[in-house]
Amino acid sequence: MKRFFTLFAALVVLSLNLAGQDLLSELDELDSSEPVYTIATFKGTRVVNGHSIETKGEGELEFIISHRFGTINSGGYDLFGLDQAFIRIGLEYGLTDQLGVGIGRNSFNKIYDGYLKYKAIRQSDSGSPVTATTLISMGLQTYPQSKFDSTLTFGSRLNYTYQVLIARKISSDLSVQVAPTFVHTNRVDQTILNNDQFAMGFGARYKLTRSISLNAEYYARFDPHADSPYYNSFGLGIDIETGGHVFQLIFSNSQGMVERTFVTETAGNFFKGGIHFGFNITRTFQLTH
Amino acid sequence: MKIYLKTGLVILVLCIATSLQAQKYVSEKSNVTFYSYAPLEDITAKSKKAVGIIDVDAEKIAFSIPIRSFDFEKSLMQEHFNEKYMESDKYPKSTFQAVLIDFNARKKGVQNVTAKGKLTIHGITQNVEIPGKIEMLGNGKIQITSTFMVKLVDYDITVPQIVFQNIAEEIEVKVDFTLSKKK
Repeated sequence: MKRFFTLFAALVVLSLNLAGQDLLSELDELDSSEPVYTIATFKGTRVVNGHSIETKGEGELEFIISHRFGTINSGGYDLFGLDQAFIRIGLEYGLTDQLGVGIGRNSFNKIYDGYLKYKAIRQSDSGSPVTATTLISMGLQTYPQSKFDSTLTFGSRLNYTYQVLIARKISSDLSVQVAPTFVHTNRVDQTILNNDQFAMGFGARYKLTRSISLNAEYYARFDPHADSPYYNSFGLGIDIETGGHVFQLIFSNSQGMVERTFVTETAGNFFKGGIHFGFNITRTFQLTH
Repeated sequence: MKIYLKTGLVILVLCIATSLQAQKYVSEKSNVTFYSYAPLEDITAKSKKAVGIIDVDAEKIAFSIPIRSFDFEKSLMQEHFNEKYMESDKYPKSTFQAVLIDFNARKKGVQNVTAKGKLTIHGITQNVEIPGKIEMLGNGKIQITSTFMVKLVDYDITVPQIVFQNIAEEIEVKVDFTLSKKK
């Protein structure tokens, strides 16, 4: 009989506990279990020179103006490179939240470029630990004009870039990215360049404040041409975000702003002052929703 | 015989336990909208992912909403809302827990009530009194609606000078819940 009372008392206590259970904790079982996708792994669609995993949201149009000045070590006469600016004007549009398309024109070697970007895998709290975006880009170099070199056909001016961008937002402040990259250029100066160039890109951003982040990017070429006068691309950037704008201030040994030029033809030696100051300015417009 | 007695007692206790469980209603549909009216821009965001519960006997309510579920017209704005203002990776939910004042579970029709309790936004909890309307719909359902203001400064949400003209200092929040008997 004594056991009964113990059991009885225990059950009463238990039931009272159930009745007095915190209402808020009862809500947890009502929560939907949909995955929450990670956002803002990077502030911009570019880490420094190269692409980030970010694509534009559906119906968003991004207008990008990029400048790269001459090298800082070019002396005071050229105001440390400011007199030799190259510019790329570009547009990127989000067809869906995962699929983007872009076009641009870079005054460096007069290259037109177009690309498709697809965010295939999205990092989420309950799913994938990384976001993976594939990039297919095509470039058309229109310099020099054919009248100066009749062997330059349309096809010989083309190049293709294939990238898989893989990034993880490790914390709200730190994101890292790796980017296996393949650049094929139909015609190159084969005494110093390969038609096919593999490279591995590394990128990172660290948020200093909620509106400012520090970015770094490095592209290591695998097995470049033995007589290549070029360097691996390295860049540091500061992203400043204000509403619909992102200002990226950049220091890089690359002056080109498309994959072909910065991955395979980076001319500056970063550690000997061969650094180009530059910036990317983006403005985002929401066209449809 | 002893076994029957034991079983009987256990059943009795379980019955008591069940009756001690108060009658609760949980949300089956919800609409939460907020409005920011500023000189340069009016901003609206909506969520249908809020959940709520009401204990009509204890006259208590609780709500919870995932911050990431708010949908904006501009996706960049939605990103900034989460990244820069609400820091939703650190504070994924806003919650409200309150006792109801002037509430009568047996009264039909719309009644004006006040919910007195704790509102948590951006990781900061404030004691608030929120007016609202409760309607016992009769078909085992309850509707709760409310409109109230949230001052950003109370929840440590700072708006940079540069977008001062775009974001209001006080946000209007509208909630509309339909709850049904918890099974």
